[in-house]
Amino acid sequence: MLIGAVSIGASFFMGEGHHEGGEHTENHEGGEAAHHGEGEHADHVEANHHEEAAHGEHAAHGDHPYHADPSMNDEFHKTASRATRENNHFYSAEEHHDAEHAHHQVQNKPWANLLVNNFFFLAVALGALFFLAIQYAAQAGWAIVVTRVMEAMSQFLVIPVLIMIVLIVLGLGHSHHLWHWMQEGIMNPASENYDEIIAGKEGFLNGPFYIARSVIYLIGWVGAALLLRKMSLKMATTADPQRHWVKMRNLSAGFLVFFAVTSSTSAWDWIMSIDTHWFSTLFGWYVFAGMFVSALTVLTMLVLFLKSIGLLPEVNHSHIQDLGKFMFAFSIFWTYLWFSQFMLIWYSNIPEEVTYYMARWGEYKGLFFTMVAMNFLFPVLILMSRDTKRNYGFLITAGIIMIIGHWLDVYIMVTPGTVGSHWSIGLVQLGTFLGYAGLFLFVVFRSLAKAKLMPEGHPMLQESKYHHI
Amino acid sequence: MHYEAPIRKPLIIGDKSYHDITVDIARPVETKAPRSWWLVFGISLAAFLWGIGCILYTIGVGIGTWGLNKTVGWAWDITNFVWWVGIGHAGTLISAVLLLFRQKWRMSINRSAEAMTIFSVIQAALFPGIHMGRIWLAYFVMPIPNQFGSLWVNFNSPLLWDVFAISTYFTVSVVFWYVGLIPDFAMIRDRAIRPVTKHIYKILSFGWGGKAKHWQRFEEVSLVLAGLATPLVLSVHTIVSMDFATSVIPGWHTTIFPPYFVAGAIFSGFAMVNTLLIIVRKVFRMEDYITIQHIEMMNIIIMLTGSIVGIAYITELFIAWYSGVEYEQYAFLNRATGPYWWAYWSMMTCNVFSPQFMWFKKLRTSLIFSFIISIVVNIGMWFERFVIIVTSLHRDYLPSSWSMFSPSFVDIGIFIGTIGFFFVLFLLYARSFPVIAQAELKTILKSSGENYKKLQEKDGHH
Repeated sequence: MLIGAVSIGASFFMGEGHHEGGEHTENHEGGEAAHHGEGEHADHVEANHHEEAAHGEHAAHGDHPYHADPSMNDEFHKTASRATRENNHFYSAEEHHDAEHAHHQVQNKPWANLLVNNFFFLAVALGALFFLAIQYAAQAGWAIVVTRVMEAMSQFLVIPVLIMIVLIVLGLGHSHHLWHWMQEGIMNPASENYDEIIAGKEGFLNGPFYIARSVIYLIGWVGAALLLRKMSLKMATTADPQRHWVKMRNLSAGFLVFFAVTSSTSAWDWIMSIDTHWFSTLFGWYVFAGMFVSALTVLTMLVLFLKSIGLLPEVNHSHIQDLGKFMFAFSIFWTYLWFSQFMLIWYSNIPEEVTYYMARWGEYKGLFFTMVAMNFLFPVLILMSRDTKRNYGFLITAGIIMIIGHWLDVYIMVTPGTVGSHWSIGLVQLGTFLGYAGLFLFVVFRSLAKAKLMPEGHPMLQESKYHHI
Repeated sequence: MHYEAPIRKPLIIGDKSYHDITVDIARPVETKAPRSWWLVFGISLAAFLWGIGCILYTIGVGIGTWGLNKTVGWAWDITNFVWWVGIGHAGTLISAVLLLFRQKWRMSINRSAEAMTIFSVIQAALFPGIHMGRIWLAYFVMPIPNQFGSLWVNFNSPLLWDVFAISTYFTVSVVFWYVGLIPDFAMIRDRAIRPVTKHIYKILSFGWGGKAKHWQRFEEVSLVLAGLATPLVLSVHTIVSMDFATSVIPGWHTTIFPPYFVAGAIFSGFAMVNTLLIIVRKVFRMEDYITIQHIEMMNIIIMLTGSIVGIAYITELFIAWYSGVEYEQYAFLNRATGPYWWAYWSMMTCNVFSPQFMWFKKLRTSLIFSFIISIVVNIGMWFERFVIIVTSLHRDYLPSSWSMFSPSFVDIGIFIGTIGFFFVLFLLYARSFPVIAQAELKTILKSSGENYKKLQEKDGHH
């Protein structure tokens, strides 16, 4: 019955994803392949369309001395390389009318869209794994009744990390230009594309080391997710649950150390190196804050959904309120880090840093401030009161706003450096998001259906059931 | 109903009743101070008086008496200021953040930690005051309309934000501390024999009667203050970090500073709490309340925050290289290998390596080892501020003005004086205030006391 209910839940959500996505067929079990295949296909169609439009524009304007097909023209290469050497390569193509760049940016669109959604859902799964490890490491008792949901969320992790590695390999093969430093010859002094600053980063930003790091993340994170899940399932049958629990604590502590380093380095790798010239010491922690708050929000909404279909009767108002508190507190924490990074760069106003926000202040200004409002004002105002944190309607409203807000945050981190002024948010983005959401929910519900929702044998389970504030 | 997993260890050891707790905690206030107390108090007072002498000398002659020069315009003064403010973080963190996280173990340590917070913020506030030179004009730091023309404070300056942040933090910390003290003062009042003592504690306890309504208001106020204090804990060191980070000096201007400073502050604050409480529990025979488990918890927080700080150091170092900015790269190269290399490596050893020993249960439950590490950490955190401040300044953009800093006897004297002042205050506190929040502690006796836990186990779990 449990499995049945969860499966119905899964198919319902999946169905909704497909339906609203528009680009997807009603393929419930098809999962991964179907989603991605179609999602990307749709993106490409859209991108091709834009590409044509962009070329058409250039031709019509006649601003450029060269033909619409850049590879035929030597003149083009010179212009392009000069423009690349000038620092502000990632900002507003309109300034230097760089056709190759515009071409890359347009070509990047579907890839950037994939990266945004992939990273967002990666963050949700990784944030859940982090929260799960915290429960063990901190000897927390209250949240044990929802640890199975965290476990299920973390099981999704393997998919986006693998896609990330595929994206990297494709990038190194020049299929797209998401990461500017992967451009051919950019670190070669003899090349026309040479960029001295980027070449200085070669020790860190080079193909083999870059891939190696991503593979290390894959092994460390996914390994921890699978192991914690496996040990948690064993808890019910093991002879000495207390010792088993101590083992899980040690594993969690080990993972947290690994995570403390890799959460930052992965953010530098995958996101910060898009704007290759730019740097910020806080960036890793900022990305972590967004990751954690997204995961908490998704966790809360999943718990509310499971409760609404009659599961998780052990989860009471106190648990729900505590989850709401976490959403509230870490929204403020995210804002704190957002403000710290933004304010310090704005205040000092030095060129090598401020360019990052100049780009976001320009064409993205509306989106930028909408995002901050959604991630700060709404959660603070909605979730301040004790009563709203115990009201499903308020929690879901806040949750939806926060999920969109943090998706936008990732979007604004990725998009300016990859597609510049060619950004848009439309059905393609929505479809990819829903496709990912469907896949995510499919994995989560399948994982939830495989085991009892209460981690039996857990030494803190009883305390969690009696949780009352 | 409340239920606690049997796996949790007791927070109050021994066969204690409510009355036993009262007697144990009132004892230091009701008995005469031992000779050792007078000895330590005497030493602290002497150091304090020496510090006052140096401060008066500074005010009389000017800050030219310090070791500052035209390149290094900030050194020990700001180092000490940040060091003391940092130490002043643990108290409110323990009482506010751990309250919000419902950590019961905070109840034996929050009182002393808050006292420490208040006393160390007082030390910190001294430094900007005397650094002004003309301390009698100190009221100019407040944005008051004045009759000397249109002279206003610079609202763009993080130094002014410091004034607001620290004074707010101090006020809220004192109120928070005092609210918690009220029922405990009432306890001492009720037990007092001498009329003068009774009268003093009567005034201090605001007529507390222990009625249900009193308790309800008490808990409400505590929760509201905890909510207010939590963002304040973060704001204070955030703004202190902005004193540096809003500048364009390599080594100072870096975006990670706000959260990294906060982590460092909690780190040093917990180390100081450990230093003080390991002594207090021994001298006042409070081992049953401040248990090894309490020390262990604090050691774990020290390890955690020390590692966060370590990650921040390495992030700074890495990003300096990654940035490709020559000045940024040099600032960090100079830190690690320049003339102040010894300060940098002292900082690294004390703050990043030494807390890693706390991974071993044997070491983090050893009192002697914990005590040593707590001192080492505070030495390291002093060096951290020194490294950030002095090494970033002493070699600026113009090599002809490069110089070194060496402290004068006044610099050293004032620093020692603040340590003396701090201990004078803490020692006075320890003999006149209940050092453990006994009223709060009593609320967990039945769920976390050893005797009650044993009873529960015997009778089955409910």
